Amino acid sequence: MNQAVLTPEIQAADDAGDAAQPTRPQSFWRNFASNNKVGTAAIIVFFAILLLAFIGPFFVTGDNDRSRNVFDTPSAENWLGTDYMGRDVWYQIVHGGGSLLIVATSAAILSTAISVVFGALAAMFGGKFDVVVLTITDVFLTVPTIILLGVLAVSVRLNSPLLLALILAVTGWPTLLLAVRSQVLSLKEREYIEAARMLDLGTPRILFREVLPNMMSYIVINFVGGMTGAIYGQVILYFLGLVSLAGNNWGLMIQQGYAQGALFFPDAMWYIMSPIFMICVLQLSLVLISRSLEDVFNPRLRES
Amino acid sequence: MADIANVAPAAAVPVEHVQDTSPPWYRQILGNFIFRRVLRAAITIYFVSTAIFFLVRMLPGSPVDVYIDQQMTQYGYTYDEARNQALSLFSIDVDKPVLLQYADYMTGLAQGDLGQSLTSPGTTVLGIINSRIWWTIFSVGIALVLSFALGIVLGMVMAYKRNTWMEGGLSGFSSITGSIPDYLLALLVIITFGVRLGWIPFTGMRGAVSSGQAVEFSFAFAWDALYHASLPIAVYVFTSIGGWMLLMKSSTISALEEDFVTAARARGIPEWRVLFFYVGRNAILPLFSRVTIAIGFVVGGSLLVEPIFQYEGIGQRFFQAIQRRDYTLLQGIALMVTISVVLANLLADIFYSRLDPRIRAGKN
Repeated sequence: MNQAVLTPEIQAADDAGDAAQPTRPQSFWRNFASNNKVGTAAIIVFFAILLLAFIGPFFVTGDNDRSRNVFDTPSAENWLGTDYMGRDVWYQIVHGGGSLLIVATSAAILSTAISVVFGALAAMFGGKFDVVVLTITDVFLTVPTIILLGVLAVSVRLNSPLLLALILAVTGWPTLLLAVRSQVLSLKEREYIEAARMLDLGTPRILFREVLPNMMSYIVINFVGGMTGAIYGQVILYFLGLVSLAGNNWGLMIQQGYAQGALFFPDAMWYIMSPIFMICVLQLSLVLISRSLEDVFNPRLRES
Repeated sequence: MADIANVAPAAAVPVEHVQDTSPPWYRQILGNFIFRRVLRAAITIYFVSTAIFFLVRMLPGSPVDVYIDQQMTQYGYTYDEARNQALSLFSIDVDKPVLLQYADYMTGLAQGDLGQSLTSPGTTVLGIINSRIWWTIFSVGIALVLSFALGIVLGMVMAYKRNTWMEGGLSGFSSITGSIPDYLLALLVIITFGVRLGWIPFTGMRGAVSSGQAVEFSFAFAWDALYHASLPIAVYVFTSIGGWMLLMKSSTISALEEDFVTAARARGIPEWRVLFFYVGRNAILPLFSRVTIAIGFVVGGSLLVEPIFQYEGIGQRFFQAIQRRDYTLLQGIALMVTISVVLANLLADIFYSRLDPRIRAGKN
């Protein structure tokens, strides 16, 4: 079972081999869909949200500053009612997901890169470097994310999406780093790595050609987890009013709704509930995707 | 933490023949589990306080500069006046070299001097924190114990009822509660059950205790405090229970596969005894190592959940401090919350090491 952590294609080929059906290898996705209904549904929901956020704005066009009634309930014209300034809520929902998703993805890429590089190097080199990396990780792991986000965001003016992604990445890497480190530590002891070391292939080659490809699925799962964390953190920053970025955003909508007292007007429910609903569904789909990927790729990893 | 990795095995080896190769006394101290954990906690606190010092003072457009600017434009102070006021509030002296400032800051911290609040002058940061943080510790502590206990029970149910509708339902429950951000769940609770349905009198549940209720050692007070903390506690429990359930499920499943469980069953030991004394006790053990992560997570969440419920803990003040850019209060809260989390982690680690001697032996 050492080879279970492989790329989807090989995994699918393995399964086809097990079934002893020489005719046609079953495709990875068909296999996934039949064994993992929840995961499939989550992927469909996730793609629906992507469609809404990135293709939707081309269909829901026009300007959104016409004054309508304040805090209207849903109608044929305003599908989700209007906000505290009489702007259409559906328009804001369609236009407010893109930036959130882009920032969350960039933050997840950054934090995954940090944790894979340093986690793998710490495990490969060990010694003093390992101790330093572990100590720093420990500090970041202990400080609650919100404290870290709050202090960082108050000290730096958050006026570009890249900066926002950077700050979210700074808070997002520690758990993944520990996971990557322990994975590399266990992979290091496998025979094929030992063989590679005997052949004197050099650390970079062993790391990038032998170790990392064998934990790709693991990294992908944690990348999805990183996105969940980045969305959580991003909405916190918006909610605390620490992001000075204009434009539509689900996080901003929640903050505006909260600040405009939407909690206490029953009619304002649609304005504040719509972005909350979108974010909860998005988070749920990501959590379910990462869980079913875990089931598919390697059930054993969970035990470590 | 420096040489733990190297020292620990050396300290662990002589267990089998204690007399001849007992390590020297300093090695014994270095290898001691509690010593290592205390050292780790101290390092974390030191790092965080240093980071806060440099963030607040050293960055361009630092809070000190911002405050001076603000006083000059808003109240027409001269630069010197504004500067003197800023320095006394932050309790630092900008004229000194950075290293001396840093030394002053550190000795101030050691004596509990966190400066004064910028937005409510005359009150010390430490006083504000002291009046608030106990409510947070109270509510978060209860929530952690509750979600741990409930999560273990539900996780065992999931493991025992594998492949039934019960496991499906519970696993769906854990996914949903685990993926809703805690502060959004707080908003959802208020909007649906408070405003829309009117089931929860949430305006009356604000604050830490009812007005007129004296802080005393009585049943009425405890009940009142619990009543006011119940909404935040419910939110913390709901958002953190899913993790415990999943951990307990996989831990129970692997415990069920152990030989000693099969052996116990073969000896005819009643199933409930196997459940409690063979499976349960062994399955819970690894979960304690996650308690430290849970503490940080729930305390972090409380910082946003409290302002939403208007619960008068430290989180509500944190929210205000950010809104009003009260930097001294913000840095004080950041420090004190971190220190509380570090100390709680330390206690959890020591408790865990009492339960599981393997941890003390130096296995990380």
